[in-house]
Amino acid sequence: MGKIRTRLGDGSIVELSESELRSDLEGGTQDAAERGKIPPLSEDELRYLAELFKRPDRSVGVDMGKEVVLSYDCGPLKIKRSYSTASKFQSLQILERLLGADTLEMAHVDYSYKPAKQLTWMDQPIMEQALLVTIPAMFYGGMPNLGLYTQPDGPCVNPMELLPQGKIAEARASFEEMVEHAVNDMVFVASTMYEAGADGINFDTTGAAGDGDFLAALRATEILRQKYPDICIEMGMAGEFIFGMHGALTYDGVRLAGLYPHKQLKLAEKAGVNIFGPAVNTNTDSSCPRDVARASTFIKACVKNSNILIHGNVGMGVCGIPMQDVLPVDSVSRVSKALVEITGLDGL
Amino acid sequence: MSGAHSFASGMGGIRTAGDLVARMEIARGMKINEAKEYVAKKLEVSVADLSDPVVMNELRRDLNIGSAYVLPNVAQGIDAKFRIAELLDIEINSVNKFEERIGRKLK
Repeated sequence: MGKIRTRLGDGSIVELSESELRSDLEGGTQDAAERGKIPPLSEDELRYLAELFKRPDRSVGVDMGKEVVLSYDCGPLKIKRSYSTASKFQSLQILERLLGADTLEMAHVDYSYKPAKQLTWMDQPIMEQALLVTIPAMFYGGMPNLGLYTQPDGPCVNPMELLPQGKIAEARASFEEMVEHAVNDMVFVASTMYEAGADGINFDTTGAAGDGDFLAALRATEILRQKYPDICIEMGMAGEFIFGMHGALTYDGVRLAGLYPHKQLKLAEKAGVNIFGPAVNTNTDSSCPRDVARASTFIKACVKNSNILIHGNVGMGVCGIPMQDVLPVDSVSRVSKALVEITGLDGL
Repeated sequence: MSGAHSFASGMGGIRTAGDLVARMEIARGMKINEAKEYVAKKLEVSVADLSDPVVMNELRRDLNIGSAYVLPNVAQGIDAKFRIAELLDIEINSVNKFEERIGRKLK
């Protein structure tokens, strides 16, 4: 067989021999298995992935009947950032009627709960009206985005300025204060949107600012679950590993720093999340097959250990999707097919 | 990217029964296969039919639960959701809020 044409994690084309492909797949699953202390993919699964990447097809798809639910983060924002002229209503209807979205999600353009809170008085009526003219379940989404709570834009001293001064205790106290502010904002916005009629809330890109970011989303979930027993809460993660920016934060007695997806999932379950979205980092220097093998290994462990729904995060730069603004169909469709057929997840 | 995922592995939303299967995941926490079986049973079709746009477009019109190809005098939004709530035997938050707003129970 000739060279296999695939891509690196940065999206550029790379050609692999059959043995290089096999080596990348084995390396990817072993890396995930070692980091997460989880089982690697089986021989059959590696063979399946090898066949998938050897296919010359421009695009591939799951076998008929194996389709899954696709939940969409920040729908209107994706239309807006292409500078296509469409209101939030129109964007949601484009997703609903033209792109076949199984669920919809409204969001503020900044996609963070802190700025969204200032505009709930404008977004709530839009949510109410959008719910009148659309059919699929509607979420409201945003990021905990703890970084927005530091001075000069936010109320807290920036821990990253305190740490180099050796002020460890002060930096940690600042992180803890940021968590409290974020929880308040997330609960406030989520409450207004649920009371407007939204079906659920999405805490997206959770953990982007480390363990405090994850803790804020867990605590907000806990409060919302108690307040609204029927609300659907989706938690999508930012990356495969929780950074210990604070380092000592815990939830339910578990230290958050250093947790991999299958461990993050158990805390999300405990807090009251309904849909967990694991994210596995795409390595831009690795081949797409290696990144997909890594992602499949981590997500398979999540599905196996989960009592809640798993919707894998498959946006740019995660779970084997290249880190590129404009994405190639060959890579995206292979990630889609592989994750669904290998891991048995409930959605993407 | 959304389009590529949709073609590769998506159920198809209101083009098919993707929104209905998603409803069962959301409302009851059903895993994907359980949700598909539940919806198929309620619609009296096979699980394979759920992602077939030809079968589902016709069925959605018959049930008047909204479809991607809009014709006059058919449900397109909250009216479709009232029927979906009844059809799937679930609560839909926006449907309940609508009833609160008009001060009347419709389902």
